[in-house]
Amino acid sequence: MSLKPEAQNPMETNTTSGVRRYLGIYVALWKNSVTRETMFKGNFLLWIVVELAWFALQLGFISVLYLHTEHIGTWTKWQVVLLVGVSHFIQQLFQAFFLINCANLSELVRNGKMDFLMMLPVNTRFLVSLRQVDLGGFVNAGSALAVMIYAGRELHLTLTLPMVPGFLAMCLIGICIHYCLMFSLASVSFWTVKAQGIVYGYYNLFNIARMPDDAFPRGVFKTVFTFVLPVMLVSNVPARLLTDRLTSNSCFLLMGMAIACALLSEWIWRMSLKHYTSASS
Amino acid sequence: MRKYWQVIGIGVQNNLTYRFNFLARTLFGFIPLTAIVLLWRNIYAGKGSDASVATFTLAQMTSYYLLVTIVDALTAVNEDDWQIAADIKDGNISQFLLKPVDYLWFRFCLYLAGRGTYLTVASIPLVLVTIYLRDYFVLPADSTTFGLFAISVLLTAMLQFFVSYTMAMLAFWVMEVSTFIFILYAFEYIASGHMFPLAILPPVVQDVLSYTPFPYQLYLPVGIYLGKITGVALIKGLLAQAGWVVAAFLMARLAWFRGIKKYAAAGG
Repeated sequence: MSLKPEAQNPMETNTTSGVRRYLGIYVALWKNSVTRETMFKGNFLLWIVVELAWFALQLGFISVLYLHTEHIGTWTKWQVVLLVGVSHFIQQLFQAFFLINCANLSELVRNGKMDFLMMLPVNTRFLVSLRQVDLGGFVNAGSALAVMIYAGRELHLTLTLPMVPGFLAMCLIGICIHYCLMFSLASVSFWTVKAQGIVYGYYNLFNIARMPDDAFPRGVFKTVFTFVLPVMLVSNVPARLLTDRLTSNSCFLLMGMAIACALLSEWIWRMSLKHYTSASS
Repeated sequence: MRKYWQVIGIGVQNNLTYRFNFLARTLFGFIPLTAIVLLWRNIYAGKGSDASVATFTLAQMTSYYLLVTIVDALTAVNEDDWQIAADIKDGNISQFLLKPVDYLWFRFCLYLAGRGTYLTVASIPLVLVTIYLRDYFVLPADSTTFGLFAISVLLTAMLQFFVSYTMAMLAFWVMEVSTFIFILYAFEYIASGHMFPLAILPPVVQDVLSYTPFPYQLYLPVGIYLGKITGVALIKGLLAQAGWVVAAFLMARLAWFRGIKKYAAAGG
């Protein structure tokens, strides 16, 4: 029966071929994104300039603050520069893989394109989350890496071998947390349709990710952004790892919160899908 | 004149549709505000009692960020620049070339309507937060100061609008104006005093900035309110601000007339 799609053949649905199939799809999506970016080269370069300007701005803010103080909490100037670098690194990688897709979700619901995506024989969340790749994000992550290295030299940090994979794993967890939070917020667009206010709001959350954690007193603010929307952990924990001031507690907390966010976002996504009524058709 | 009142009426109705969006925006806006106020408290705490940073006491610093939020709610362009650029790209401005309505004033009315609606919605959380922080909220020295503050806010609003309008005019020449708008916004964010009072910058930088329009887009009214800009500096500041308003207005007009010559009425 050659008419049947391959995926429905029970012999073919074992894990390895499933992974291979999804990898194949993802490669195709990448190719599409590269083609799209090469169509608007000037715009692509200008966006990199915009992101660089924002990054320089954050660093400028830090240097101005440290004209007037020696410490913020226990953090010295170059430690905070390192923190801003780590935060930018994670944010830009998140942006490269997920941000446009999360932001476009409400648009897909509004104009009814969601119908089409749900009909495809691929996991809908996979497709919705990874449809486009923002290549500029990788370039900007490079600039963040350069700043981190510079700050590291100013601090005379010595990297030990287990630090590098540990740091990269933490960055991955951080990207995962950002993605799950953003995706949950974007899923709300199934109810309100116009969720731009919420997407805009997420940018405000990024602002907190690059602030040194112990600048904040114990209280509602710190509790909320550690245990409810754990953005304060995302870059602080890896930055603490690099500056050798990490406690194992916060490490486990980061992992625990990542799992919690992942479960929550899947639950919200499924609830939203149940609620979906097609628009425009 | 009556037709423009009609435009304002329509603008208010349109904007009311997005009242929950506005509320969400203000509420989310309080997150970085709270963070930065807490950050400053931490810095002041390390300096001992009655410490000051560039003549700002902790109460003044806290008030500074609250006032920035208030002036921003009063004057920031919301989506006006995107809409103007879209109108040009989609050919919607063709009708204004025929109607006895000036597009610039038409947009200005919509901007005022947008600000009015936004402020009405945003005032609820703003008042609550101000009451919560009342111990740290300083009042202006006297009624003259408040009057000058109000005048400066008005000029800020006009400057914000004319600058955004001019930027949107770029849509006559380039496909995608958003990148240019974002680059300008990035500079404005730091150079207009959004992130911190400009007084904490090194004097040289402050001098350079005073020759750009940025400090007049936000810092001047807040500085006047807090009594940081007084006497000759105040008069000079207001004059410079008025000068920038006129310059931005002329730029907006010029860009429009040059743009119209190139306009191809796509889709319209």
